[in-house]
Amino acid sequence: MTSPQRLLLLFIALVLLALGAIAVGLSVGSVKMPFADVVAGLMDPNAPSAAVIRDLRLPRTLAAFGCGGLLALAGALMQVLLRNPLADPYILGISGGAGVGALLAIFFGLGVAGLNGFAFAGALLAILIVFGLAHGDGSWTQTRLLLTGVMVAAGCGAVITLLLSIAPEERLRGMLFWLMGDFSQGVNPTYALIGMVGIGLLTAPLARDLNVLIRGNDTAKALGVSVSFVRIAVYLLASMATAVSVTTAGSVGFVGLVIPHLTRMFVGNDQRILLPTSMLAGGIFLVLADTLARLLIAPQQLPVGVVTALIGVPVFLYLLNRTRYQ
Amino acid sequence: MTAHQPIDALKALFKVSSVDLQVGDTQVSRDLAFEVFPGEMTAILGRNGVGKSTLLSCLAGLPRGVMTGDILLGNKNYAQWGDRAAACWRGWLAQKQQDQFSATVLETVISGRHPHLNRWTWESSDDQALAMASLSAVGMDDFAERDVLTLSGGERQRVAVATILTQNPSLYFMDEPLAHLDLNHQIEVLELMRTRARKERVSCIMVLHEPGLAHRYCDSALLLFGEGEWQYGSVSSMLTAENLSRLYGYPLVQIERADANGQMQRWFVPA
Repeated sequence: MTSPQRLLLLFIALVLLALGAIAVGLSVGSVKMPFADVVAGLMDPNAPSAAVIRDLRLPRTLAAFGCGGLLALAGALMQVLLRNPLADPYILGISGGAGVGALLAIFFGLGVAGLNGFAFAGALLAILIVFGLAHGDGSWTQTRLLLTGVMVAAGCGAVITLLLSIAPEERLRGMLFWLMGDFSQGVNPTYALIGMVGIGLLTAPLARDLNVLIRGNDTAKALGVSVSFVRIAVYLLASMATAVSVTTAGSVGFVGLVIPHLTRMFVGNDQRILLPTSMLAGGIFLVLADTLARLLIAPQQLPVGVVTALIGVPVFLYLLNRTRYQ
Repeated sequence: MTAHQPIDALKALFKVSSVDLQVGDTQVSRDLAFEVFPGEMTAILGRNGVGKSTLLSCLAGLPRGVMTGDILLGNKNYAQWGDRAAACWRGWLAQKQQDQFSATVLETVISGRHPHLNRWTWESSDDQALAMASLSAVGMDDFAERDVLTLSGGERQRVAVATILTQNPSLYFMDEPLAHLDLNHQIEVLELMRTRARKERVSCIMVLHEPGLAHRYCDSALLLFGEGEWQYGSVSSMLTAENLSRLYGYPLVQIERADANGQMQRWFVPA
């Protein structure tokens, strides 16, 4: 059985693991540095290592943590909302909308602020379009929501391909990196971290409702869940989490699909435990993946989305085969 | 919030009046009216596709199609109760259980406590004991830690019955509670519900397909003939060869025999 004590233990263990992962992320990079210098750089703004640690590695590592947490949380929420184990944060076209915005910004040579603004606006537009169309007459079923989202995503995909094919050569690389998800271009972790804590807290009071909602809308309503309200709230929370993450670092793939499943294998499917543990596990996973992305072909860097899939696919398939998970 | 507020046995627990229900091209009921008293067992019978499940869902406060009329649980309608308060009063057993994710049997059954718990409260050991007792009532105590995705159809159905028992409502809406069950478990579930009805004065409205079992275990019956036509009354007046032959569109013969207690049982077989 699940209990608040078990949640507390798991939470503390994962927070400690997260701190460890962040320490690894800060210590590793193309400039070799003893751990004492890392600590000195964190503590003292005038230490020789301060520039690398404070301006480069810390924002990057924290952004990876925040985005990983947001994506895993959004994925877990989408899987409940759509009652579909294959759902991920991008399935309803939010990353597609953000991608169109971001590529337009790169296409017209706007700066970082323009890029982030366009990406976020694109994500919000996709959220509104999908919600407006799927909500329609008020009877938004899972299938209708899923099909609407997948269609909007497909439309965005076509626009993205169009932009890639007409973009000037020198901008293509930036576009591709954005699409694969990337933390190398001066990321700002603030919104991702605020989003992770805020959206994480907002999902907490809904978690037991979600345990019932996962058994079907009618069953949930018969058990006293205000189904329409909860579904709209979950849709908006998951969408905002995705939008903030995508705006911060592009469409980092795989975290949002796989981390909730991996976590579910270990802690079960009680959403009160699954949602916070998935969130922390996603953060840890993405910090480590980004550290590898910096390390594997240093001094060159890989897009983190490549690494998440390269690690995630074999790990997931191994665990799927080993456990009797269905 | 308590599930069982004192019930006045002389007052109807559930009142339906002038209910017109239409779904798509199907007129399910026209000017439907009946009452359910504490401790009463009611069967809904009719041909496939006549709208039994649809009507049962509407009566349970899960809207379907276009409905007019009044449905009163106690002295209030569902909107006046609100989702959570209503769920402490009435339970609804779905015709099909749809599991997409792994969960243990005990986790599934204990979800019946949801309306009784505050937003921040976790299930207590009392809730867990109630869930175990419900599993035991349907003979599934050894399955508590099994994954629901690995259960057979009949086992899953008994878990669903245990879940609604754990919800512990005053009024049970059960859509084909005997689906997937073999004969001994059909009788077990009906005995279980009748015992609860007699001892705890809970009421039960269920969709059944076997008029013999409806006659044996229920007090009253609602027959849906299609085109909005219906008849409601005691099982002995409703469940006759004449009525049922018309209901199912096939001639049936009535066979009567006394059971061990001298109660007359009626069985219907195709002529």
